[in-house]
Amino acid sequence: MPDDATPTAEEARETVHEPAGESDQGPDAAIDGSIDEVADAVAERFQGVAVRSHGQPVVYVDRGVWRDVAASLRDDERFTQCVDVTAVDHVADVERAVPDGVSPKRFEVVANFLSHARNRRLRVIAQVAADDAEIASLTDLYPGVDFAEREVYDLMGIAFEGHPDLTRILMPDDWVGFPLRKDDPPGHVPVTFKGDPTPR
Amino acid sequence: MSTEWEGLAPQTDEGAQELQTRELVFSGGVWPEGDSMIVNMGPQHPSTHGVLRVMLELEGEDVLRAKPIIGYLHTGMEKTGEELTYVQGATNVTRMDYASPIANELVFSMAVERLLDLEVPPRAVWIRMMMAELDRMASHLLFQATNGMDIGALSMMLYGWREREEVLRLMEEVTGLRMNHNYVRPGGVAADLPDGWHDRTLEVLDLVERGITQYDLLLTANPIWLERMVGVGTITRTQALALGATGPILRSTGFPWDLRKAQPYLAYDDVDFDVIYTENGDCFDRYRIRLYEIAESVKIVRQCLERIPDGDYRTDDLKVTPPPRERIDESMEALIHHFKLFTEGFRVPAGETYVPIESPRGEIGCYLVADGTGKPARLHIRGPSFYNLQTMSPMMEGGLIADGVAVISSVDPIMGEVDR
Repeated sequence: MPDDATPTAEEARETVHEPAGESDQGPDAAIDGSIDEVADAVAERFQGVAVRSHGQPVVYVDRGVWRDVAASLRDDERFTQCVDVTAVDHVADVERAVPDGVSPKRFEVVANFLSHARNRRLRVIAQVAADDAEIASLTDLYPGVDFAEREVYDLMGIAFEGHPDLTRILMPDDWVGFPLRKDDPPGHVPVTFKGDPTPR
Repeated sequence: MSTEWEGLAPQTDEGAQELQTRELVFSGGVWPEGDSMIVNMGPQHPSTHGVLRVMLELEGEDVLRAKPIIGYLHTGMEKTGEELTYVQGATNVTRMDYASPIANELVFSMAVERLLDLEVPPRAVWIRMMMAELDRMASHLLFQATNGMDIGALSMMLYGWREREEVLRLMEEVTGLRMNHNYVRPGGVAADLPDGWHDRTLEVLDLVERGITQYDLLLTANPIWLERMVGVGTITRTQALALGATGPILRSTGFPWDLRKAQPYLAYDDVDFDVIYTENGDCFDRYRIRLYEIAESVKIVRQCLERIPDGDYRTDDLKVTPPPRERIDESMEALIHHFKLFTEGFRVPAGETYVPIESPRGEIGCYLVADGTGKPARLHIRGPSFYNLQTMSPMMEGGLIADGVAVISSVDPIMGEVDR
């Protein structure tokens, strides 16, 4: 490391910025359209359904356009981060109440997007059937969902097509089954101790 | 490996060997140029903060690739969350990020409250905010201690732990437990603040302020510290955003994003504090941000001390709040109510929501799906460490293996939250 890169004590304290002014991080007033309009536009363009869930905008889309929706949000609507990807197993209530126009399936894959410029969030949900548990990966658009998609694959058994390294992440590599599925009950694997003669 | 013993002198009278011409010859040959090797760092390694394993591809001392491998602390807490009632849920989530348990309880409680459309009384809001900031102080003080230890400033470990213990002692007085408090619950907090909390908090704040001033004097200008930290483990803003990094890691790249300011929850828009951010995105900046954030938290807690309103510390909605202790002695119905609430819990109408807040490590989110019963259909916690861990690869790659320890430390991962 070159010596001139080392700051003095005064420099070290001075280059810390505070305060972050409102203009530094507030919503960008230049962006047109409220988050509801964005949700409606996405729903219209991809034949989805836009609803509000406890005040939060949610768009239900077909899983076939999953990647296209994310690409559109990233490139056209300035959604900078995909903060979370997760999944829900609805095996016990497949015929649950869903918004009109959505045909419920066993799994729901849920992605939460955040636009720093708008300072708004948008949630996108796709239905995935149990016999064909697969959906497109978003890793090439949002590299940060790498771990999250591996976790969903590991615990829910939903494959992400196009993921560069779709392996188990939390469970052991040789584990059989997907523990977060509702038909994988807790406690069905007996606890074994070292030297226990019963096979695991 | 062969050894030449020929020239070895015979034993002297004292029984000691006189080593003169002893020669050790390494017969394994020269390490081939341009060849790399894979080294596993952890999961049993003192500086990997628990059970993190990093797979490193090395060429000599240089790190070519780094891949974090996790899961050693996986205890299925999201699955457990589906088996516990909403009343018990906070006990479970508080054990995820064990260095800042209040943030976990808070995000879970806020998610439940949003599904219930429940308003929390103002005093509870302010108590929650004060506890959340004390929690942030404790967590950042722990970082100062472990970061100092990892870099080699061993006395820092004792200093950091000393101040953190004072904060934890105060939290113990309020919540009953040093860690894993289960203090913030759906509907409010578990108990009102104890007698004498005001003066005790002031004492602790003074101690913490004195402590961080000392750290600043000890470390910030220390040439060894600077050599080890400045320019080490850099990450750009684009990388941080793309990899889903939040909290101090994102703020160290010149992006002043703090949910307390950007999307205020609790009463954060009523208090005065600053978002600390820096431009360089290296280990030193992440250290500085966390250090000065402690001072901001002290500022917030001082304002809480002055402005905390009187009133209930939990909601009066009888669906989620047990009856007062005195009522249980005189009323059979109150006793039944109390019993039902703690055995069956309360029902939450079907729905789903995602609630994000700013934990000391970044955005912690709770995605909660309710199906109308007394237990969540799905409880997912978006752990900031889980996502932040991915930034470790670009930070480490191209650096030296000795700097890897500084990088792991500055990411500040809590494995309980990563693996859940």
